[in-house]
Order: sequence, then structure tokens, then C-alpha cells
Amino acid sequence: MRDANESRAIQIEELTAGFGSFTAVRQVSLRIPPNKITAIIGPSGSGKSTLVRCLNRLHEEVRGAWMQGRVRLGGHDIFATDVDPVQLRRRVGMVFQRPNPFPTMSVAENVVAGLRLNRWGRPAGLDDRIEESLRRAALWEQVKDKLHVSGASLSGGQQQRLCIARALAVEPDVLLMDEPCSALDPVATFKIEELMKELAEDITIVIVTHNMQQAARVSDYTAFLMMGEDRAGELVEFGPTDRIFTNPSDKRTEDYITGRFG
Amino acid sequence: MIRQLSRPHRNRGDRIFQGWTWLMAATVLALIGLLLYELVLGALPAISRFGFGFLTGQTWNPVSGQFGALPAIYGTVVSSLLALAIAGPVGLLAAIYLAEFAPPWLDGPLSFLIELLATIPSVVFGLWGLYVLVPVLRSPIETTLHNTLGFLPLLGCTPLGLGMLAAVAILALMILPYVTAVARDMLRAVPDDQREAMLALGATRWEMAWKAVVPYARSGIVGGMMLALGRAVGETMAVTMLIGNRPEISACLFSPSYTLASQIANEFTEATTDMYVSVLIELGLILFAVTLILNGIARLLVWRVRSKS
Repeated sequence: MRDANESRAIQIEELTAGFGSFTAVRQVSLRIPPNKITAIIGPSGSGKSTLVRCLNRLHEEVRGAWMQGRVRLGGHDIFATDVDPVQLRRRVGMVFQRPNPFPTMSVAENVVAGLRLNRWGRPAGLDDRIEESLRRAALWEQVKDKLHVSGASLSGGQQQRLCIARALAVEPDVLLMDEPCSALDPVATFKIEELMKELAEDITIVIVTHNMQQAARVSDYTAFLMMGEDRAGELVEFGPTDRIFTNPSDKRTEDYITGRFG
Repeated sequence: MIRQLSRPHRNRGDRIFQGWTWLMAATVLALIGLLLYELVLGALPAISRFGFGFLTGQTWNPVSGQFGALPAIYGTVVSSLLALAIAGPVGLLAAIYLAEFAPPWLDGPLSFLIELLATIPSVVFGLWGLYVLVPVLRSPIETTLHNTLGFLPLLGCTPLGLGMLAAVAILALMILPYVTAVARDMLRAVPDDQREAMLALGATRWEMAWKAVVPYARSGIVGGMMLALGRAVGETMAVTMLIGNRPEISACLFSPSYTLASQIANEFTEATTDMYVSVLIELGLILFAVTLILNGIARLLVWRVRSKS
């Protein structure tokens, strides 16, 4: 059991990444424990998004982007030359800031979009997977009668849970969430936070958030990033969320979480 | 205070502007109406003489006064649709390359060249077609096709060079820049979060382009293709120079054919009798109708695709 979990742990070693001549994050090292929720907090521009986008190598899809250092998923270096980012992204799913279902696909087609990639034809057992994924995303009851309407016709909160179901359908080991609730109302936000806690039983979750209350509510571990003198984001402190919020060891962390800046 | 707020002529500038824009919009409509009226008026003698038989008649003999428009209608529709069948996929693939794959240093010059292709005058395309395209088409392309697959009616007649295939080829070339430029702009307008959503699911770049970007932009892409089809239907000069100008319906791709636009352009100077002129004007009216019908079908198509999703 312990070994199975370890395959979902992420070890970040001296990660430096940026665009062109701009460095977005510098020398970040931390270990994201498996089957836990790790929050990444920090002021705007501290490189939170760049950091998580390195974990599924989506960062490198942006023109002019570069990255150095090492990221290990279950002990394997994901920056190694023989690693196919396409295969990596099937193990490391992602949910974005703005809900982005595919508007030309139905709810059901959205869920299985990832399963129909890298292959010809229609794989077997899709219908079961649709229900299972929607149930895991706590969306099944609301959409079971409208599986064939456009994914874009759902409400904002439902769209975001549809995106979570779509990411879960591929059965990833890790789910990255880049400010998943910032476009949602408090009720929808609450539902997604509840969902995250359930999902963490099976997968590792990394959530970027602006909202410190959210980090305190849902996460087991918290990493605090801040930009240094040349605007490059650096890791200030990482530890169990309880300790970061009650007894931070760095003065800057304390200033940030007590609202003195940012 | 309340009276002041509710005084209607406070927005006089607004109303003048509104009236002016209404007038301009109405002018466009009036011009189309006038055009249609003149066409109908000019075609009336031919319409009352030949009736519906004009649309189905296949004989075209100005000397004996026999006129049928079917060969030209057939030639117009077939040449345009075949041209779109070639230029559509090629243009879409080129647009996908430009929008999703081309490095910036290649994208700029390539886009410029494609747009340049759209500015070349029709007559230049025609000349190029006559002197470069037609000889190559006759031999080796048409001759080889005829010799190997000549048992098919489509390739069964004598390869002449001039004919339907030459017109289709030149039309495809002429509408290609429209298809490409519109499709490229539509693909570029697709928000990046759609691309990232597909990539994050484990899509290759090609899957991303084909399964997320193209579907998102599809109604705009189809719209661009319809624009191109409209241009192909009305294209006159280059087609007249290459299609062979014979009012005959043939299943064979190599045989000389005719289109509505090229028949009007070719025969207007020869139209000596009033009835002949009237017949050509009726061809113009039919061209107008063909354009409208093709556009209507296209809109229906786009609308169905949209309402299905």
C-alpha cells in the first residue's frame, strides 16, 4: 500500500522556470506528499501557476518557455529526454482557473474526451466510465438526464465539476488545480472543496489558490511562494497547513497570512 | 427635474445618427432590389417565351433561336463544388499548420504569400492556366488518367487540356487563399484555454488542433468556405479562358463545358437580337439564384451543426 502511494508523490528539486529572459520561479525544492492536498499560496506574480504547470509540463507549450532542475513523479524524472509529455499528462491531470469544457461536445463526450485520445475508434466501456467519472465529480445526479446537451450549457460550478470529471476519467495519479474556484460563487466553491477532500483518498492534489481561507480549509500541506528582488518567485516556506497558519517560521509568511501585504 | 429627464429630443444626435445608419442600410437593400428588378425586367421576354423549359433545356443554338440553360447551370455548380472539394481540405490543413504549428519566422512570410495569391487578377490566373496548366494537364496528367482508368465515364473522353478539369483546378487555386486566410483567423481566435484543456488530457499537438481547436472554430470555417464557394460560382475571366466554352453536359472531367458567368461574358458581344440579349440576362438572373440557393444551403448547414451541439 505504501509503495502504491509513493508512485503518486512528487519531488521537486531546484526547479527554475520562466519565459525568455524572465525568470518566473527560482530554485524551488519541495516534496509533495501522495494522497494529500497541497496548497500553493502567494501574492500575484509569485510564480504559483508556473510552478504547477511544470508538473505536467504544460509550461513548455508556451512560446519561449524554459525550465531547469528536476521533478520526480514516483521517483521518475519527468524532465528526462525519454519521457513523453503526452503520456505524462495522462498521469497528471489539470483543472484550470476558468471552466473550459469543449463547447461543441456534449456533457458525456466531454467526460470521455481524454479516453478517446491517442487511439483509433471508440474504446469499450465508455458509458460506464462516463457515469463513474461524473459520480466521482459529484455531478451525476444533476446531469444524468442531460448527458447529450452541450457541456457549455451547464452552470459555471457544474462546468468546473465537468472539467474535474473529464480529468478524472483518464484516471490520473495527480490532479493539479490552478485556482479552480476563482470564477465560482461561494456555494459552487464549497462543493468543489468537499469534492477535493474525497478525491484525495485516491489521488494527490495540488491546488494553487489566491484565497488563504481556502488553503486553510482544504489543504494538508501549504507552500508559500513570494517574488524575490528581481520578481522571480521563490519558495519561502513549506510545511503542514496547521503549522504554516498558526506558527509560521518565516516573518514574510506571517505577514502574508495575517494580511499585512499581498 | 423629472420633466427634463424624460424630454425625448434630448437625444437628437442619437436619432440623427440612427436615421442615417438606417438610410445607409436601406440603400444597400434598395440597390439589391433594383438590381433584381432590372434583371427580371430584362429577362422577361426570354422568360415568357421559354418558361420553365429554359432551366431544363440542353440545346443552345442562337441561330435557330433555341436556348437552354441547363448545361451552364450544371457547369457552374459542378465546377464550383469540385473546386471547393479540393480547396476546402487543402486550405483547412494549411490554416491548421499556420495557426498551430508554424514557427513565427515562417508564419509571417507564408501568410503574406497566401494573401498575395488572393490579389492576383483573374485574367493573370487565366493566362497562367492557358500557358502552364493546360499543357501539363493534357499530358501527362489527363493522358495518364485516361489510359489507366479510362473505363470510368469520369475519365473516358479524349484529354484536351481545356475543359472542366482545367477550370476546376484554376478555381481551386483561386479560392484557396480565401479558405486558408479565413480558417486561419478563425483558428487563431480560439481561446488558449481550449488548447490547454486538450493538451492537459494527454493530447498530442495534432489531436489538440483537430479535436479542440477546429471544432470550436467550425462554424466560422464553414462560413469562410461558403464565401469561397460564392466567389467560385461568380468567377468569370479565368474560367472563360480555360473551361472550353461548349454548352454540353458531360460526365467526363476532360470535356469542354460552360458556366453561367462565362457564357454571359463570352456571348454578350455576339448577342445581336433582343431575344438573345434577354436570354443572357436571364442567365444572370439564374446565377443570382444559384448563389442565393448555395448560400441558403450553407447557412442551413451551419445552423444545423450549431443547434446539434
